[in-house]
Amino acid sequence: MSSILRIVLQRLLLGLVTLFVVSIIIFVAVNALPGDFAQAILGQGATPESIAQIRKDLGLDQPMVLRYFDWFRGMLTLDLGTSFAQLNFANFGGAGTTTIVDQIAPRLSNTLFLAGVTAMIAVPLAVTLGILAALYRNTAFDKAANMFTLSSISSPEFFMAYVLILFLAVLNPILPSLSNIYDGMGFGERLQKSMLPALTLTLVVTAHMMRMTRAAIINLLASPYIEMARLKGLSPMRVIVKHALPNALAPIINVIALNLAYLITGVVVVEVVFVYPGIGQLFVDSVKTRDIPVVQACCLIFAAAYILLNLTADILSILSNPRLRQPK
Amino acid sequence: MSGFTWTAIVFLALLGGAYVFRLVGQSVTSNAPKFRDMTFGVAFGYVLAAALLVWAVYYYFQPTVLDTGVPNAGVMFFRWAVQGFIIATIAAFLFRLLGRYVGTQGTRKLFRQMPLTAAFGILIIILYAVVAIFAGALAPYGQAEILGAANVMAGGDPALGGNPAYPLGTDQLGRDILSRLIYGAQNTVGIAFVTTLLAFFVGGSLGFLAATLQGWLDQLLSRSVDALMAIPSLIFALLLMTIASVWAVELGVPMTIFMILIIALIDSTRVYRLARAVGLNIVVMDYIEAAKLRGEGLGYLVFKEILPNAMAPLLAEFGLRFCFVFLTIASLSFLGVGIQPPLADWGTMVRDLAPFINFAAFAPTAAITPLLAAGAIALLTVAVNFVVDWMLQKSSGLKE
Repeated sequence: MSSILRIVLQRLLLGLVTLFVVSIIIFVAVNALPGDFAQAILGQGATPESIAQIRKDLGLDQPMVLRYFDWFRGMLTLDLGTSFAQLNFANFGGAGTTTIVDQIAPRLSNTLFLAGVTAMIAVPLAVTLGILAALYRNTAFDKAANMFTLSSISSPEFFMAYVLILFLAVLNPILPSLSNIYDGMGFGERLQKSMLPALTLTLVVTAHMMRMTRAAIINLLASPYIEMARLKGLSPMRVIVKHALPNALAPIINVIALNLAYLITGVVVVEVVFVYPGIGQLFVDSVKTRDIPVVQACCLIFAAAYILLNLTADILSILSNPRLRQPK
Repeated sequence: MSGFTWTAIVFLALLGGAYVFRLVGQSVTSNAPKFRDMTFGVAFGYVLAAALLVWAVYYYFQPTVLDTGVPNAGVMFFRWAVQGFIIATIAAFLFRLLGRYVGTQGTRKLFRQMPLTAAFGILIIILYAVVAIFAGALAPYGQAEILGAANVMAGGDPALGGNPAYPLGTDQLGRDILSRLIYGAQNTVGIAFVTTLLAFFVGGSLGFLAATLQGWLDQLLSRSVDALMAIPSLIFALLLMTIASVWAVELGVPMTIFMILIIALIDSTRVYRLARAVGLNIVVMDYIEAAKLRGEGLGYLVFKEILPNAMAPLLAEFGLRFCFVFLTIASLSFLGVGIQPPLADWGTMVRDLAPFINFAAFAPTAAITPLLAAGAIALLTVAVNFVVDWMLQKSSGLKE
C-alpha cells in the first residue's frame, strides 16, 4: 500500500514542478513584449513622467526575478492583480476597480458548469457506443459509426456549432442560439441556455472517446481469458460487460480524463460562437485588447486545469492497473 | 408534452416491431441460426435502421416549398446533403476505377486494394491542391476586390436578391464570396502546409539529433519539450499571438509570419516526440553501427540512414499534423487573431458570414455561405484523415 502512496505522491510532486515551470514559461513569454506594461497601459501619447509613475506603481522598476516571485506569490494568495481595462477605468476617475479574481471567478464557474454538463452527456454516451461498436465490429453499424466519428473529430468546432445552430435553433427553434447566462438564474433555464454549446462539445468529445473505448475493448478481446469466457457459452454482452470492461477500465478512464482536458481548449472556440460568458471568451477578448495581466492569468488557469486532468488520468491508470504499480 | 408522447409511442412501436421482426424471421427461415441466436437488441437495431431509412426517403420527397410560399429549408438542406453524398460516392468510385487502369504498376496495385473512403480522400486532396495552385486563374474576381453591390444573396436568382454575376453572392463589404472561397484554398491551405513543413523540419531534425547523440542534449531537449507540451496548444498559441501582435507593429513584420513561426514551434514539439521515439528504435540497428564504424558524419547518419527508415510513420504523422495545424489556424482566424483581413481565409469568412445563418428559414441559399467556408475546412481534414487512416491500417497490417 505504501508503494502506491509513494507513486501517487511522486506524480503529484511532478505535477507541481510542471506547473511551476509552466508559470515561468508564461511569465518569460509575457516579458518578451517590446517596451513594457506601462507603455501598453498608457498608449502612444504617454509622457515619460506618467510612465515612470505607473512603472513604480506596478513595481516594474524591480528586477525580473523579483517580479516573478511577486507574481507567483500573488497567484498563491489568489491576488492576480488588476486588468489594464480596469486600471484605465480607474485612471479616468472610475470608482471601485474590480480585480482579475473578481472578473474570472464567476466566468470560471460558468465554464465548469458547461464542461460538467458536457461530461454528463458525453461520457455515458461514448462508453455505451464504444462498447456497442466493439461488440458489433465490422458490421454496417460499426462502419457508419466509424465514418461519423472520424468526420466529427476532423471538423473544426465552429462548423459543428453552426450546423447545430442551423438545425436546432434556426430551422426548428428548440434551443436558444445565444447563451446569455446571468447570476441568479434557475437551474433549468441555465441548463437550457447552455444546451447547444454543451451539445457541440459533446459531438466533438464523444467521437474521440468512443473510438478509443472501441479500440481498448477490441484489444482485449484477443486475450485468452475472453476466449475462455466465450467457450463457456456466455453471451457476447456478458463477455464484454463482465470480463472485458473491468480490464479495459484503465485505458477508458485515461481516455475520459484526456478528453476532459481537451474540452478546455475546445471550450474557447465554442464559447465565442455561442457568446457564452465563460473564461474562454474572457481570454479571447483579452487577447484582442492585449490585456496582458488577464491573458496571463487565464493562460495559467487553463494550463493548471490541463495539467491537473492529465495528472488525474495518470494516477487513476496506475491505481487501476496493478502492473504499473511496480516500477521496473 | 405531445412531442414526448409521440417519442414514447414511436419507441414502443419500434420495440414491438423488433419482436415481430425476429419472430417472423424465425418462422419464415425455419429457425436459421441468424434469427435463432439474434438478441433483442440486434433486432431492435435492424428495425430502427429500417425506420430511419424509410423516414429519410419520405423526408427527401417532401415539397421544397410549403403551401404558404415559404421555402421548406430543412428539406432543401437534406436533399443537398443526400445528393452531395451520392455524388461524392460516385466520384470516388470512378476515381478508384480510373486509378486501377491508369498509371504505373505500383499505383494500379495500390488502387486495387483501396477502400472507397481513401479514394475519396485522395480525390479531394488533389482537387484542393489544383484549386490552391490555380486560384488566380479560377477565381472570377480578386480576393480583396470590392465590387459594386454588397450583401448580394447566393443562388444568382434576381427575384430573390441574387445576381448571376456572383453565383455565391457578395459579403458585407461587397467582395465576391466564390472568389474568396477559391483564394482561401491558396491562403489557408498554403499557410498550413508551410507551417507543417517547418514544424517537421525543426521537430524532425532535433528529434533525430537527440536520438543519435543522446546524453545531455537529449535530456535538455526532451525536458523543454515536456514543459512546452504542458500548456494546451490553442491557449499557448493565443498567448504568443498576443505578444506577437505587439512585436508585429513594432517591427513592421506581417502577423502571418509570426503566426507561422508560433504554430510551427508549438507543433514541432509533437513532431519531436515522435521523431525521437522512432529514431531511438532505429539507432540501435546494426546498419547504423556499421555506418558509424565506417566513419560517417552526423548529417549522413541522420539524413541518409535514419530518415529513409523513419519515413512511413513520419508520413502518416505529417497528414495528422497538417490537420491539427490547419484546424488551429482556422480556429485562430475564426477568433480574429489569425490570418489578417486583406487575405481571404476560411476561418475569417465563417466569422464574418455567420449572421447569415439566421435567415435560413426564409432564404436557405443565403444561410449556406458561412457553412460553405466551414465545410471547406471540414472536408479537407476529413479527406486527409481518411487517407491517413487507410495508410496506418495498411502499414500496421491490421485486419481486425
